[in-house]
Amino acid sequence: MTEWTRKHLLGLADLSPEEILFILETAEGFKEVSKRSVKKVPALRGRVVMNLFFEVSTRTRISFELAGARLSADVLHFTGSSSSTKKGESLTDTARNIEAMGTDIFVVRHSAAGAPHQIARAVNACVVNAGDGAHEHPTQGLLDIFTIKNNRGSLEGMNVAIVGDISHSRVARSNIWGLKKLGAKVWVVGPPTLAPSSFEKLGVNVCHNLDDILPEIDCFNMLRIQLERQDTGLFPSLREYSRLFGLNGKRMKRVKRDCLVLHPGPINRGVELTPDVADGPQSVILNQVTNGLAIRMAVLYLISGAAKSGTAQAI
Amino acid sequence: MSPESKSPSSEDVVAPLISDGDFSALLEDWKACMRATIAHDGPWALVGVKRRGSILARRIWREFSSDFPDLAFGEVDVSLYRDDYHLQLSQPRLLGTEIEFNVDACRILLIDDVLYTGRTIRAALDLILDFGRPRAVQLAVLVDRGHRELPIASDFTGRVIETDVDDRVRVRVQEMDGEDSVNLIKS
Repeated sequence: MTEWTRKHLLGLADLSPEEILFILETAEGFKEVSKRSVKKVPALRGRVVMNLFFEVSTRTRISFELAGARLSADVLHFTGSSSSTKKGESLTDTARNIEAMGTDIFVVRHSAAGAPHQIARAVNACVVNAGDGAHEHPTQGLLDIFTIKNNRGSLEGMNVAIVGDISHSRVARSNIWGLKKLGAKVWVVGPPTLAPSSFEKLGVNVCHNLDDILPEIDCFNMLRIQLERQDTGLFPSLREYSRLFGLNGKRMKRVKRDCLVLHPGPINRGVELTPDVADGPQSVILNQVTNGLAIRMAVLYLISGAAKSGTAQAI
Repeated sequence: MSPESKSPSSEDVVAPLISDGDFSALLEDWKACMRATIAHDGPWALVGVKRRGSILARRIWREFSSDFPDLAFGEVDVSLYRDDYHLQLSQPRLLGTEIEFNVDACRILLIDDVLYTGRTIRAALDLILDFGRPRAVQLAVLVDRGHRELPIASDFTGRVIETDVDDRVRVRVQEMDGEDSVNLIKS
């Protein structure tokens, strides 16, 4: 693949394996920028990146802001809670009005699945999905895959377990799409209420007992348990969840020595991971954060290039 | 910025300019000038412009390392510094930049295969200056084909070739193309 043609990045489900690898390769080229003293390249100089965040975020938001800044773009931030959407302005109107002031790229996070797609249909600017409901979080999927690939080379045949609240997780879905396209074997693990067997339709194995598959797994992606969910009856208590599905010192004695432990953050220490695992030798959690910056730089760079070449993409 | 990257069509006429023995002789003369310069006022670093510039730079660095063990080496990919990014119909693939030495202390010898409009070198200079403040930057090019669009000049030129604007000059290197040669492609 020699050229990127998509104006938007809305999900990994739409991408071909070659496109995913192309993004990873481009991200590799951006890694050194963050290590220099002048952490900037002029590639997106004068372009305007607007972060339209209708949901709370620290990590993703800062990561996209830094990515834009490293590319010399002007990055602006919109917080849904302090905007005219409170006065009843529609999503499309909000986006169009902001675009009218001169916006090249929208980075959108919204609690409703499909919101970035709706914006992409309404505006001429590029759109990056930074998380839409439980649907997809493509840049998180990409940075997780990039982290695994950096540590292990190829994903072909690799056994990856995604553990946690799969049913509500956009991170899980993006990971599933991306990992399968690159040839990995995927398990989703959790109690039946959070990891329903319907996920088998996506071509993954569904497992309700982490200990059964522990020694086979090359890579664990531990998803955050939302503390709010413990009151909804989906699992008895955080303590029981962590005992059955958390990675702790005892479980780590049975895993492959060179396995990787990922977590999208923020970690609930003691729930998904005990501190010794979160900070241990298999953990690549901080690498994920560093890689996230390179991936987001790559995505902003590639889609803004495609926008100029005018290639239309069906949304 | 790099029209040389297009492959020739069937109507193009490929005229070999420098090959085999001539190329080796050219390279030796070129290296001799550089060697005399880097012998003093160091520390020096050779920095090659990807792709073929850096291949030639690496070849030269390997040879010079025995006499100049402190000679540093770096490679730059100017894709992110191009001045025509907003005009392009397609984006260049990122090749990555590796500069591990301290630019602040250094005199840099920037090496590229062909000097044409000067825009690639302008981009390479901006890139290097983002890494630090070198004591000096000098330019060595294997072939100067004229038609400068910016005030950029080479300090060490292998050969000056007269070309028309529509022509393409293609340098091939052993490590990447299987042969060392310079061809002129007239459309």
